[in-house]
Amino acid sequence: MGNKVLMKGNEAVAEAAIRSGCRLYFAYPITPQSELIEYMAKMMPKVKGTFLQAESEVAAINMVYGAAGMGKRVMTSSSSPGISLKMEGISYLAGARLPAVIINVQRGGPGLGDIQPAQGDYFQATKGGGHGDYRLIVLAPSSVQEFADMASDSFDLADKYRVPVMILSDGLLGQMMEPVEFKEYKTDKEIEELGKQHYDWCIHTNEDGKGHHHNEINSLEIDPNVLERHVLNLEQIYKEIEKNEVKHEEYNINDNNEFVCVAFGTAARIVKSAIDDLNAEGRNIGLIRPITVWPYPYKEIAKTIHGNVKRVFVFELNLGQMVEDVKLAVNGKVPVEFMGKVGGLVFTPEEIKEKIKAYL
Amino acid sequence: MAIIAKRPDSLREVSFTYCPGCMHGVAHRLIAETVDELGLKNQMTGVAPVGCSVFAYKFFDFDMAQAAHGRAPAVATGMKRARPEMNVFTYQGDGDLAAIGTAEIVHAANRGEHISVFFVNNAIYGMTGGQMAPTTLPGMKTTTSPYGRDANDIGYPVRVCELLNTLEAPYYIERVSLLSVPEIIKAKKAVQKALTYNKEGRGFTFIEFVSTCPTNWGLDPVKSQQWAKENMIPFFKPGVFRDKGTEGGQK
Amino acid sequence: MKSEMIFSGFGGQGALAIGKFIAQSAMSEGKNVSWLPSYGPEMRGGTANVSVVVSDTEIASPVVSFPHIMVALNQPSLDKFGPSVKANGLIVVNEDLCPNVVKRDGVDYVVAPLNKISKEIGDDKVLNMIAIGIIIEKTNIIKYDTLADHLTSFLKDRNAELLALNLEAIKKGMELAR
Ligand SMILES: Cc1ncc(C[n+]2csc(CCOP(=O)(O)OP(=O)(O)O)c2C)c(N)n1
Ligand code: SF4
Ligand SMILES: [Mg+2]
Repeated sequence: MGNKVLMKGNEAVAEAAIRSGCRLYFAYPITPQSELIEYMAKMMPKVKGTFLQAESEVAAINMVYGAAGMGKRVMTSSSSPGISLKMEGISYLAGARLPAVIINVQRGGPGLGDIQPAQGDYFQATKGGGHGDYRLIVLAPSSVQEFADMASDSFDLADKYRVPVMILSDGLLGQMMEPVEFKEYKTDKEIEELGKQHYDWCIHTNEDGKGHHHNEINSLEIDPNVLERHVLNLEQIYKEIEKNEVKHEEYNINDNNEFVCVAFGTAARIVKSAIDDLNAEGRNIGLIRPITVWPYPYKEIAKTIHGNVKRVFVFELNLGQMVEDVKLAVNGKVPVEFMGKVGGLVFTPEEIKEKIKAYL
Repeated sequence: MAIIAKRPDSLREVSFTYCPGCMHGVAHRLIAETVDELGLKNQMTGVAPVGCSVFAYKFFDFDMAQAAHGRAPAVATGMKRARPEMNVFTYQGDGDLAAIGTAEIVHAANRGEHISVFFVNNAIYGMTGGQMAPTTLPGMKTTTSPYGRDANDIGYPVRVCELLNTLEAPYYIERVSLLSVPEIIKAKKAVQKALTYNKEGRGFTFIEFVSTCPTNWGLDPVKSQQWAKENMIPFFKPGVFRDKGTEGGQK
Repeated sequence: MKSEMIFSGFGGQGALAIGKFIAQSAMSEGKNVSWLPSYGPEMRGGTANVSVVVSDTEIASPVVSFPHIMVALNQPSLDKFGPSVKANGLIVVNEDLCPNVVKRDGVDYVVAPLNKISKEIGDDKVLNMIAIGIIIEKTNIIKYDTLADHLTSFLKDRNAELLALNLEAIKKGMELAR
């Protein structure tokens, strides 16, 4: 316990990113993620890293594109309206196969919306958002500790597959303080080694050990046959990711569940409280919490729908986005009910209990 | 202050959401009074930015639009071209206009759009809690320049009037300040000129107000004005940069 | 054991800090904690409040709708959160800024002029520490020693005078609650 510190999600994820070797960070202020950029402004100079407040989110994501092309661990962060502006750049990152980490501390939309927690960017994060055939690995934390841990997981995944990775968080997780325990700082030597794994494709000097090379950072393939090969190659990588990287949490999932709930991120926390209460009253309700929302735990959800399960409930802080994936997983075996909350409001455990009780 | 004696017709009976001592309210009044004086209320419309003045769309008593961060000049372009009989202005902060919205303001000015732009420069991002702005002074500490703005690393403050003055099309460009009553009276004259030119369909008019942000500067309103006089005015010198309406016209 | 709390007042009165000190101390005592502030424009001049949960087991929802303990540093806070405090709960009221206290049955109240007392101690800023003292005395969420150690390690070298004032304020709160 001794090493735990009480920290906001926004600050904890920034600290964890620095510890996992991120030395370049480009972003533009926006509520409710500003503590993240402010933390980076303060701490990056202390580790001789680069902090740069860009003139816009569009510039920031393209700075990320530039730095990622040099084979370095680089990150940006924003909240919903700013993430929309980054979408063009994210498509380019995916097309050019660049590893990078993007954090979205979601707020209420559409448009300027408000600054309270929401999950309305699920579609944008998991189904495209930018143009073209691409996927992001999308991780959805539900505690400050998990938010922080995902920083290093994201960099590792980005490096492993050469794809951009997004952490899909929200204003509640960004603003909330919880105890966090951090991993050790990567040493300069370790960071250098991490960079070297990219030497066969990134831009670097000839003195870097490999002699003369000509690497290109590019997403243009003007010949359709070449582009086809490139996109099919992406497909292979995405299949690999789907095979290896699905992550979810099971909460009171067992053979006698009468209902199964599905929720991610902040919403899952509230659902846990609600089912704790209902189970204390003698019910048997479980929760599946997708930790990766892409790749999505379709099989893992399908497995929990056995003979006793009468219904599946999906709770999200939006009008119903992930529920479409849950329906694919359940595949008509039992009815799927949805309850959402929008406007930056967060449902209470009582509201969730009411929804479930209506079907008892 | 004599100028704020009575609520102008063009301001609604809605209380401002600004901090005590904030100058956004003063700038709003100057615009509203002038709209009243020029009898423009029936054909006036404006665009609110993203910044502390985001709620400007609630405060003016005529139809208003609200734009994405930095895009007000583009939105105003669409509005003016769709209803040329209306008079259109944008109201923008320094982050909105000189950071994320740099492209939009430069190109609206370069086209000589027939709109008025009111630019409130308080050297900081007020709404989001005091981050560095493109107009933050060298050495000035903000939450994203905690060790002071290092001009060698991230450049010097952007002087927007001077930048726009390199373009051919703009009709009128002036920088004023809101740091004392006499300055506010001068600022009012500039607003009158801009909106008169706007009414007469002369072209693109631009007013920069050197202003304050007591809350994020961590100073009381009086000290803020003092600080701005001593630090901002030497860098952002008030004056008429362009006035094609005067005899001979400056440039 | 799980305790859910809401601390609320004008921005600048230190309501959020009450939560932070309690959460930090409970964390040092090995408990699970969460601290969730209100944020946004309502903070400008309006009320600032924070939901804090302290629990022996994993904390599910950090959102508190029905607190066991509530501190109202001003009237709007009391009006907003007073009615939702659980039966047998505790409400600490700053009498100086809450002219209108309607007591509910089955809820424990400590009503004290926190502004006045903190001025007597010598610094307006310790107002929130008196509230913490009341909570320490009335509940067993955190121990005085944990908070005192925490404050000492934080303030001893930086501002020994403020440390002494803080500790005095906590003790004053504990006395008030007896
Ligand atoms: C795309 C996008 N990025 C960032 C923000 C967050 N944001 C809101 S206001 C603001 C800056 C406002 O500063 P300024 O324009 O100087 O106005 P002031 O508040 O100082 O009057 C920012 C960055 C946003 N709403 N949308
Ligand atoms: S934060 Fe600054 S600019 Fe915004 S209303 Fe307050 S004083 Fe005015
Ligand atoms: Mg500003």
